Amino acid sequence: MSFTEGVFYAFSAIMIMAALGVITARNPVHSALSLVLTFFATSAIWMLLEAEFLAITLVLVYVGAVMVLFLFVVMMLDINITRMREGFMRYVPFGIVIALILVVQMVMIVGPENFGLEQFAEPARHVADHSNTKELGRVLYTDYVYPFEIAAVILLVAIVAAISLTMRRRPETKYQTPGKQVMVKKEDRLRVVSMKAEEKEK
Amino acid sequence: MTLELLNYAVAWPEIFLLTMACVVLVADVYLDDENRNATYLLSQLTLLVTLVLIAVKATSASETVIAFNGTFVSDALGDVLKFFIVLIIAIVFVYSRDYLKDRNIFKGEFYVLGLFGVLGMMVMVSANHFLSLYLGLELLSLSLYAMVAFDRDNPNASEAAMKYFVLGAIASGMLLYGMSMIYGMTGSLNIAEVATAINQMGDTNIVLIFGLVFMVIGLAFKLGAVPFHMWIPDVYHGAPTTVTSYIASAPKIAGFAMVMRLLAEGMGGLQADWQGMLVILAVLSMAIGNVIAIAQTNLKRMLAYSTISHVGFILLGILAANNDGYSAAMFYTLTYALMSVGGFGMIILLARAGLEAENLDDFKGLNQRSPWYAFMMLILMFSMAGVPPTVGFWAKLAVLKAVIDIDMLWLALVAVFFSIIGVYYYLRVVKLMYFDDPVDETPIEKSRDMQIALSANGLAILVLGLYPAALMSLCVSVFS
Repeated sequence: MSFTEGVFYAFSAIMIMAALGVITARNPVHSALSLVLTFFATSAIWMLLEAEFLAITLVLVYVGAVMVLFLFVVMMLDINITRMREGFMRYVPFGIVIALILVVQMVMIVGPENFGLEQFAEPARHVADHSNTKELGRVLYTDYVYPFEIAAVILLVAIVAAISLTMRRRPETKYQTPGKQVMVKKEDRLRVVSMKAEEKEK
Repeated sequence: MTLELLNYAVAWPEIFLLTMACVVLVADVYLDDENRNATYLLSQLTLLVTLVLIAVKATSASETVIAFNGTFVSDALGDVLKFFIVLIIAIVFVYSRDYLKDRNIFKGEFYVLGLFGVLGMMVMVSANHFLSLYLGLELLSLSLYAMVAFDRDNPNASEAAMKYFVLGAIASGMLLYGMSMIYGMTGSLNIAEVATAINQMGDTNIVLIFGLVFMVIGLAFKLGAVPFHMWIPDVYHGAPTTVTSYIASAPKIAGFAMVMRLLAEGMGGLQADWQGMLVILAVLSMAIGNVIAIAQTNLKRMLAYSTISHVGFILLGILAANNDGYSAAMFYTLTYALMSVGGFGMIILLARAGLEAENLDDFKGLNQRSPWYAFMMLILMFSMAGVPPTVGFWAKLAVLKAVIDIDMLWLALVAVFFSIIGVYYYLRVVKLMYFDDPVDETPIEKSRDMQIALSANGLAILVLGLYPAALMSLCVSVFS
């Protein structure tokens, strides 16, 4: 087993363990942290595929930004785990059967007999100063400009959807407007009522 | 690469729609609630101009053009489907206004998301690449998830949106996994290149079949074919009725386009494999859809199960895997979208502030309240059941003929058997309208444009049933 193979299997094992951890951990914070580990192991495997730019982006964007935000949200929310796990055990046998069938199928099909070196030649290694970023940039705005634009529209829709679902103007909420408070005059607030003085009871 | 290679002129309708959707989005921010009508009118104007652009493009240049470096295809099939998608969403928008106003959710986001959804459908219809197909699908789905959850104070809608989102994400995952398998084997994401690669490899390649299975599962989820139909009744029921009419109509046309692009164009070489899968899906959909619909007392749920059975019929046409079958399925899809939008339009017509009018009992004695709309509902129900002289009859006939032509007589018999079961629940609505006494005597008050559109919708189904030749020949010409 060569060094790269060793690295590949090590990171693959970490990735699978961490992915299992995401769905089995009792504590949502642990789940989120396992997901971070999954992303990290994935990016290491991408690095082996010479996809350096994507590997670094995955760490920077997902691990660095998205997951940290996610952790914050998880910590803010009071998630009742026992209620979420209601009915979980009932579906476990069914889920395991489906998962087993899928795994067996994948082992049978995504193996060396279909994707081995006899079927697909090993891709040529790039030289050390080969720029991954430049290559991506070259096709992103030319060959793939149409999918790129649609992806941009999808992000726009996500923003519109998120804002329209969460932003509320509550008319019943009371808040202060200092500008108006300063402008208030005595006449606006105070009304002097002239009353007859009460007579002393006899 | 030069700009000429992009060939972007064939995408004018999409470009215009995207630009205008952004304009509507920005303009809506500056409008007060009293002027919200302007958003509506601007959205309708956008759809109208898009419709004209599609028609102009279809009549001026009907030959197949590949654009944007093979990610976009402009052909006769795409033009016709896009025309109907835009037309049907324009009808949905007409129906939506009063309903949304009654519920205090007459907001610009509905129209903005609706326009983006139309863009997603148009991208799907013209996809010539797995990537653009998937992105179009996600654009549509994301808009739909948000539209279902749009009525925030309604817990049913939130639940429906959550279910739709989770199941939709699983379906997208399935579809992507299938695509990645096909990509691994063929080395291309371009649908035309995938088709040639598959033809060279033959239909015994196990990896291709493995990928195909995942893709068919993804497609079945999105179309709502049994056994991947669980989300349909809950989403149709939980969503605001205007959103239901959106989901139930035009996205089915886009779904048909997706099946055509992936299975018929991309994986024609594996036809023997997917034909068998579609047979199973079609038979199960017709059986479960028609039988469970009988037990429903809620009209939206009933129409949801009826959708499932209609999807079964559409799949019948596609699995015939020849031009007759494809044109029959296309005719069925287009007319079904028209019937569906009319059916939910009737629910919207009877709904008012504080009443959803979604139960079968709400239709009791409609004939005494309004003979004209009872007649419209009668046409719609007859058409869904497939009773002549409505257009639903011709759609079913064309599909059954295509199935018989490929020597699958048993399948045609099964289809007829289950559609006869289906007639029961459609006729039950007619019985309630004509032979029962109304429980609710409130007069029907809806704005004039909605009344005209709904009447035109109902009459179109009757007129198309009397003169089906024009639409039928259009569907045939697309595939010849």
